[in-house]
Amino acid sequence: MEFYFGLAQTIGIHTLLGLSAYIILLTGQMSLAQAAFYAIGAYVSGMLTVLWGWHIVPAMFAGAALGAAAAAAVGFPALRVKGLMLVIATLAFGEGVRLFFFNFDYQVQKGNIKVGPLGGEGFRQIRYFPENGWTSDEVMLFVWVFVILVMAMIWWFDRSRYGSVLRAVGDDELAAQSVGINLTAVKVSAMAIGGAVAGLAGSLYAHYTTHIEHLAFGVLQSVFAIAYPIIGGLASVFGTLAAVIFVQGFLVEGLRFLGDWRNLLFGLLIIVAMVVRPNGFLDGQMLRNFKRWFGIRSRNA
Amino acid sequence: MLELERVSRHFGGVRAVDGLDLKVRDGEIVGLIGPNGSGKSTTVNLVTGLFSLTSGQIRFRGQDIAPLPTHMRLQGGIARTFQNIRLFGQLTVWQNLWVAQNSPADRAKRGFFSRWLGGQSGVRDEIVSLLEFSGLAHKQDELASNLAFGEQRRLELARAMATKPKLLLLDEPAAGMNSEEIGQLRERILKLRERGLTILLVEHVMELVMGVTDRIAVLNFGQKIAEGTPAEIQKDAAVRKAYLGGDAAAAEGGS
Repeated sequence: MEFYFGLAQTIGIHTLLGLSAYIILLTGQMSLAQAAFYAIGAYVSGMLTVLWGWHIVPAMFAGAALGAAAAAAVGFPALRVKGLMLVIATLAFGEGVRLFFFNFDYQVQKGNIKVGPLGGEGFRQIRYFPENGWTSDEVMLFVWVFVILVMAMIWWFDRSRYGSVLRAVGDDELAAQSVGINLTAVKVSAMAIGGAVAGLAGSLYAHYTTHIEHLAFGVLQSVFAIAYPIIGGLASVFGTLAAVIFVQGFLVEGLRFLGDWRNLLFGLLIIVAMVVRPNGFLDGQMLRNFKRWFGIRSRNA
Repeated sequence: MLELERVSRHFGGVRAVDGLDLKVRDGEIVGLIGPNGSGKSTTVNLVTGLFSLTSGQIRFRGQDIAPLPTHMRLQGGIARTFQNIRLFGQLTVWQNLWVAQNSPADRAKRGFFSRWLGGQSGVRDEIVSLLEFSGLAHKQDELASNLAFGEQRRLELARAMATKPKLLLLDEPAAGMNSEEIGQLRERILKLRERGLTILLVEHVMELVMGVTDRIAVLNFGQKIAEGTPAEIQKDAAVRKAYLGGDAAAAEGGS
């Protein structure tokens, strides 16, 4: 049972990570800094609960807020560069943040142990849940409440005019400007929302695993973050969820019995998935079919 | 409404627009014609701010708009269509118009408080009336990329209208249209004028330009070589020379 709890939480946290990249991808930008915002959320909220004894919920919001601030700060200068240059710029920022935490020491004596981030050793003893006597059911419920809230929020953004504006910018920046859309405001706000969601994911991750270190926030994590919405399709937030379940539930855990062959198959299956569904699992056409089958009418204004 | 004063834009050694003076008065339809590469589209891009000026001044309703970024000019009341249609392909027809509602009045309606006080309803009605105006009401939930060519042109014009412009820049709206469609476009442009719009029409299709404009300016190599009513332009020797080449004009004159 513990195994499925762990898997469900990983899926939840990775769904948040994927959604953080989803909203940025809608504007046609590719950010490889999602792991950095994730790391900021993890470290900030962990330090707040462990070192300063905050309640977890305000600590999570602080982590999300700092993730958003970092994303907006990267967004502003990075928007002067486009396409591949933006990918490189965000990649460099992400690595910078990881290396910062690799060198970051801030320890405080608590009782008879020292707690706090300790460079390459990482940040151990983020024991908010066990210390406050949360059962694993409660932790899982807590994680998924946030996953569902964030999914609902982004789904609602997507349906609102703001979502259409994001997609308009993703489609054609020149035309978007020419109908009076402020590109900078749209892109930076999308980055900030993405940063906040990644920060939230990071703070959940830190408290769930109780031990974080810089290795968990490398480029690979950023690649996963953008891979989920791309594999799942950008038509709807549910595509991202489907992709996380496919990758984490099936490819990573489901194929564990294959031993070393798993990694080989992993790459192969991703390629097959992209060939079979080039626009993602849940592309626009599929979404319209679903809507027709279930009799959901699309909404206007 | 719009004043261009000694406007120039050079790309390296190429003088795409060179010392252009042009005035468009309130309620006028002005045509801008000229051979390929004469600087017509560049002029449109200078007015909307996609290109910056090399020198000169552009005033819109008396205000110097050169320092304003594109989206501010559009919110200020200048809208355009593109020579090669640029719609938002992954959005529906309805959404294409929805995202274009960026005029100050519409932005106020979307404000936090007016939203809850029911201020949104006008926004919806405007989209409905624009859809009817463009004959796209039955396609409102279709993706823009799935529309036929003529429908895409109509949608692009409707999208420009959704920004509530005072000045409309049409960059070759008749390109690729047959003469029946051009006739409909002409009706539509005249209707827009009745609504009080000022229009700058960049066009190759003489059938359209000669029929709807009050005045025509002719460009060649970035410079204005003639300006006048359609009738005057048709007789102008310099214009004939630019379009037909020196000898052809002489030969025609001699016959």
